[in-house]
Amino acid sequence: MENTAQPRQSPLLRLFLGAFVIIWIVLAAFPFLWTLWGSFKVEADFFSKVDWSFALSGERTIEQTGSAFTGAGYYGAWVQEEFWRAAINTMIVTFFVVIISLTLGTLGGYALSRSTFRYTFWILIAALVFRAMPHITLVSGYLLPFFELNVWGILPTTIVVLVAINQPFTLWMLHSFFLNIPKDLDESAMVDGCTRFQAFRHVIIPVMWPGVITTGLFSFLLAYNDFAITTMLLSQDNQTMVPKIGSFLGTTQVQGNVMFAVAAVVSATAPLFILVLFFQRQIVSGLTAGAVKG
Amino acid sequence: MPHRAFFWFILPSALAMLLFIALPIVSVILQSVHIEHPKVMSEVETCGPFNCTTEMRVDAEATAELRQAQPLGKYIGLETYLNRNHLAFEVVKTQWQEREGFFSFIRGLYNLPFYKALAFTLTYTFVVTPLVIVLGFSIAVAVNAIPRIMRGSVIFVSLLPMIVTPLIGSLVLFWMVDANGVIGSAIQHIFNDPNLSLKASPFLTWIMLLVYGVWHSAPFAFVVFYAGLQTVPQDTLESAMIDGASRWERIRYVVLPHLAPLVTFVALIQLMDNFRVFEPVVGFNASASATSLSWIIYNDLFGQQQLFGSAAATSMLTILGVCILLMPVLVRTWRQYKVVH
Repeated sequence: MENTAQPRQSPLLRLFLGAFVIIWIVLAAFPFLWTLWGSFKVEADFFSKVDWSFALSGERTIEQTGSAFTGAGYYGAWVQEEFWRAAINTMIVTFFVVIISLTLGTLGGYALSRSTFRYTFWILIAALVFRAMPHITLVSGYLLPFFELNVWGILPTTIVVLVAINQPFTLWMLHSFFLNIPKDLDESAMVDGCTRFQAFRHVIIPVMWPGVITTGLFSFLLAYNDFAITTMLLSQDNQTMVPKIGSFLGTTQVQGNVMFAVAAVVSATAPLFILVLFFQRQIVSGLTAGAVKG
Repeated sequence: MPHRAFFWFILPSALAMLLFIALPIVSVILQSVHIEHPKVMSEVETCGPFNCTTEMRVDAEATAELRQAQPLGKYIGLETYLNRNHLAFEVVKTQWQEREGFFSFIRGLYNLPFYKALAFTLTYTFVVTPLVIVLGFSIAVAVNAIPRIMRGSVIFVSLLPMIVTPLIGSLVLFWMVDANGVIGSAIQHIFNDPNLSLKASPFLTWIMLLVYGVWHSAPFAFVVFYAGLQTVPQDTLESAMIDGASRWERIRYVVLPHLAPLVTFVALIQLMDNFRVFEPVVGFNASASATSLSWIIYNDLFGQQQLFGSAAATSMLTILGVCILLMPVLVRTWRQYKVVH
């Protein structure tokens, strides 16, 4: 929408607002650029005791490796510490969490948007309370039963738990997306002789994709970014990227291999960066979807 | 939709939530009133060439057997809730009776692990949330004023602090404020104190965590408010202008009322998310001076000695806290619902 009524702002105000945006951009982007640049240096540069500008010029990196850039951190993380295993685990976990969350969520969200009975309200309120629950409180409930059932430490358990934890949010979001799809659409299909499920299958599914894609992005982010669940429920061998980075902190800080952790952090940020690059519009619309409905 | 169809549609999702959210809460309640079995000791007589000695040894077999038979442990009622690591009413009572002024009482309270975590969690929640709203709104207004063509890339960059994994985001900042990192050495330079370290001082650690919290969440508020600004009713703005309203008056009487529901929404989400603050404490390695409720649960569960009972009791208290926090929202939603129906 063009702000036609926008009056001409005074140049001083414009200048001030522009400066404010620039300051914010620097605050938002600088830490990532700095860490990306620094990940190709040696520790004596990135954490320079002598002069911070070494991290830019790479004095020590040139001394130690002969070149201003080194991939030693990446080699250490990916090959030596086998970060690739964690990357594969992350791929498996996020893929299944997104697929299963969306399947359950579309069915449930559709039902919630089409039913007019009182219990839908209570289900949504229960989901809101569940959404507010700190994840780690649930973990303390999982551990003992999972030890007893002997399912602790493996990927499927974590996937199921992440799906469940993701459900309240997925339900809310898809519920509000389905409310935007006119009821007449599936009701007329049912008048024409479809069952409820056929109406869902043939009429609703073809038009629901924008909402599902947006919700899927947020399911992905939840599974990808989770630390509390994955660090507590996965054994050392099955760790995904984020808990792996967490355990790097314990071990590498001592051995003086902080640069492994720095390289791993940059590697784990890259997919998120690409995600925002391609799906910026969906992410923005997803963030505001809940808000506009109130 | 008839009950039957609704039931089958919602079943998978409801089942997942019941099994992995509702049931674990029951499990947490049970665990919180039990305590791990102590190691079974037995008397062992060892005879040397000269004399026989009896000593107490850990009977590993019997211990394992007992744990097998009763995995929950021994029932102890509410004892865990009341011990020194949780509510510690006894200690608080004596401290209150022997207090030498209000501040020393607070300081004594702060030495108890649960209250220390509660203090930081509440401070974090109630400092970060309003700051996020104010900063997010300011960015939204500023971005709304820059040329349209630049807005896309500004939003792209703005999303980064929010989208990035909280642990990773806090690590990135942590490395920069390290005494040998770029911000850390800059601060040393500004204050001309080569020994200044953000990590050493509890006060500065708190500030650091709060700054991280605002940095991480401001983009969310920004995006919501920016979207809200796009839908401000232009007719109302125009008529306000014709009536001679100044720029400030237009913001005060047209734009802000339009954004009020969004403020409630952002505040609700932020309260929920900030109350569970956890990753920054790990990422900033700040547990010595700042712990959160989530962090003490994690600390109980992690490591060799897993204290299920203790962790469960803290979890219950945390869940109680969440319910209190959400109460105003729930009551309001219920009232609105009753009006509609």
